[in-house]
Amino acid sequence: MEQLTWTGNLAFLNPIFLTASAVLVIAVAAQILLSLVPSSGTRTGPMTLAVTRGPADYAGLVVKWSFSFLVLVVLVYLIGGIAMPSLEAKGIVGGMSTRFLPIWIGMAIVFALSITFKRRLGLYGKLFDSPIGMIGFGIVLFWVFAAVFADLIITHDPLGQVSGMKNAVPGSPMPADYEGFAYYLLGGDNLARDVFSRMVMGARRVLVIAPAATLFAFMVGITLGLPAGYFGGKLDTFLSFLANLVLAFPVILLFYLLVTPEIRVTGIPIILAAVLFLFPIIFLTILFNSRYFTQPAKRNLYIGITLVFGLWAYSGLAFNMDPLGVWGMDANLLNVFVSVVFVNSPTVFRIVRGIVLDIRTRDYVAAGQTRGEGPWYIMLWEILPNARGPLIVDFCLRIGYTTILLGTLGFFGLGVSPESPDWGSTINDGRRLLSIYPHPALAPAVALMSLVLGLNLLADGLREESLRD
Amino acid sequence: MGLFLLRRSFVMILTALCLTFVVFFLTNLYPNLEKLAKTQGDMRMSDEQVASWLNRNGYLQPLPVKYGQWLGVLPGFVFETPDGDISGRCIDPGMDPADAPNFCGLLQGDWGTSTVFRDDVSSIISTRLGLTGKLMFWVMVLMVPSALIIGVLAGMREGSRLDRSLSTFSIATTATPEYVSGVILITVFASSAFGLRWFKGTATSAAENANFENFFLPVLTIALYGMGYIARMTRASMTEVMTAQYIRTARLKGVSFPNIVMKHALRNALIAPFTVIMLQFPWLLNGVVIVETLFNYKGFGWTLVQAAGNNDIELLLACSVVAVFVVLVTQLISDIGYVFLNPRIRIA
Repeated sequence: MEQLTWTGNLAFLNPIFLTASAVLVIAVAAQILLSLVPSSGTRTGPMTLAVTRGPADYAGLVVKWSFSFLVLVVLVYLIGGIAMPSLEAKGIVGGMSTRFLPIWIGMAIVFALSITFKRRLGLYGKLFDSPIGMIGFGIVLFWVFAAVFADLIITHDPLGQVSGMKNAVPGSPMPADYEGFAYYLLGGDNLARDVFSRMVMGARRVLVIAPAATLFAFMVGITLGLPAGYFGGKLDTFLSFLANLVLAFPVILLFYLLVTPEIRVTGIPIILAAVLFLFPIIFLTILFNSRYFTQPAKRNLYIGITLVFGLWAYSGLAFNMDPLGVWGMDANLLNVFVSVVFVNSPTVFRIVRGIVLDIRTRDYVAAGQTRGEGPWYIMLWEILPNARGPLIVDFCLRIGYTTILLGTLGFFGLGVSPESPDWGSTINDGRRLLSIYPHPALAPAVALMSLVLGLNLLADGLREESLRD
Repeated sequence: MGLFLLRRSFVMILTALCLTFVVFFLTNLYPNLEKLAKTQGDMRMSDEQVASWLNRNGYLQPLPVKYGQWLGVLPGFVFETPDGDISGRCIDPGMDPADAPNFCGLLQGDWGTSTVFRDDVSSIISTRLGLTGKLMFWVMVLMVPSALIIGVLAGMREGSRLDRSLSTFSIATTATPEYVSGVILITVFASSAFGLRWFKGTATSAAENANFENFFLPVLTIALYGMGYIARMTRASMTEVMTAQYIRTARLKGVSFPNIVMKHALRNALIAPFTVIMLQFPWLLNGVVIVETLFNYKGFGWTLVQAAGNNDIELLLACSVVAVFVVLVTQLISDIGYVFLNPRIRIA
């Protein structure tokens, strides 16, 4: 069997693609340079001012058209790739596009539904008014579906090694006697594993840990930041000092100290987990207690449910002692998870505290105080809902940052099993042979970059849309 | 102002003490000490041998005592073998125990000895910091002006196409951590994949002889990540200034647009980025560690990784003191600088 080409039977599009890209790059450069020259309106009559198209505007038009054309060509590559009959005709891009079919279908459904009902969906619906936000959401959605359908998408076992495929270049055919998918689409790494399958499986790992860790960090930050900002005084001084203490640590030093097999022996991660995992339970308990304080029956029901489920999960996650065995975390994973939460929560604390300091002085807070509302009710049901805008935006940004942190951990080989397909450790594995075989490191690097970029664009779109009203 | 400085210095020293104590505590946990004993002595030491090695080197004293010795407020550890050989923390090899000083800690200017490099910590740190200083200098030279230019250009006409393309560029750079951009840059410019072998993929030789070929990629990698953030801050502050009343007045007076930007807006728009740039230093420290590891440039970040990976307690402590010092001092400078630049703020 022959080596796969990148674009298979669609190779005739390649010169068009390259020309369009070149035109786009030149036009963008020209536009930036030309827009430094102020375009002036010309006076055509005593009271009228006409704006003529300057060279910068023409450059802008070229950018717009060449970009649209480029997107079209890429779509032809992807859709045409799916339509081609055989893998040889599909090429690498088409082959990947075919494997990603579940993702495309999922994304199409979500986008179609969201755009149809966008007026009824609040802030989420408004996202579809901003192109930047839509692109960001699309990228994030792509990776979310990649994580969900990873089992359907992968072509090989991400941990399986096939002899003869060591450092194979993208599109290499499998050995003749191999049964299963006939090619390594993105090549093999230095242990002869499939780069493409590892990249897709890595998404699953990242997208499970990063949002969960961010959520926990938010629980901790909110539970501590609200009273620090609202009450002020000694409590605030103490908590702020602690937060600054953690923030003054270089993150990597902290990781090197907290995420080692030796530390795991001492049980410090479990102690940290025991403290940090308590916060969501405290948060929810206070939340329901302050809301339904006057309706004891309802309150007892909600708090009871929270406590039963919370403590059940708590015993499993923090101490690995879940009697039913539903909740549980591998010691490695717990260590990584706890450290990431620990590093993130002081920043969230500072953000929440800052917002509360600002909102505390508003009239509706004073009104609530005069009505005789308790401090926790004011914090959780008056202040927090009004702080949701910046918090949601920061949540998106922070998932991206957590992804970067997880990658950093993997990059230094900390806390993850060496076999693990997560992106950071794959980059770390690949970097030793980077100047000879760049593809094993490049695939996860591009994946990580696109996910974080998507989250950033999404946050930007959300910010723009939430500022609009 | 004097009182403010005094209070800040006090908090700084307290923070530094707490942080070093935490590092001290974490590195002195028994499993870590065991690993240290095994790497220093013999990989196949039995538990008793490990304990005796640790005892001989003073690692089994209570934690506060060890910390005091490291700080130099408690007399240094001395160990006497049954046959009368005296060794100790303050006694260098080949030195007469009688001549050795009683105290040898941070306060006496003795940073201890590195167990990995078998050298004085202070000399290691100073040479490595020098190398990192060189890296950081070029990073700043590249990063700050380009970030400010991008930010000002994007912010002077909010919502224009230039603004959109530059903002997207800044978002893209902040979304690309160093280990990703480094990998991509090496692939494109230093590997056979694209055939552009313009630069070198390692910067080891840059320690002695830095030139464009071996030093540009590491500098660019760090600069790119920080650049986007500063540019976004500059853009935000520039757009805010451009909507201010006095800019409108200047426009109505008929001042030309370049003049408005250069003479009226720029000065006020650069106050906020100054703080951000100062606060970037601790962030850059992270980047330095990653980039120095990726490009194998043997500076401070590389030393930190070596020290942490081998549980070299005293070197690691020295690294954390330096890191914490950098973080706290830049915070202080940014606060003071903010006051000087912005006359509306006065610290009582």
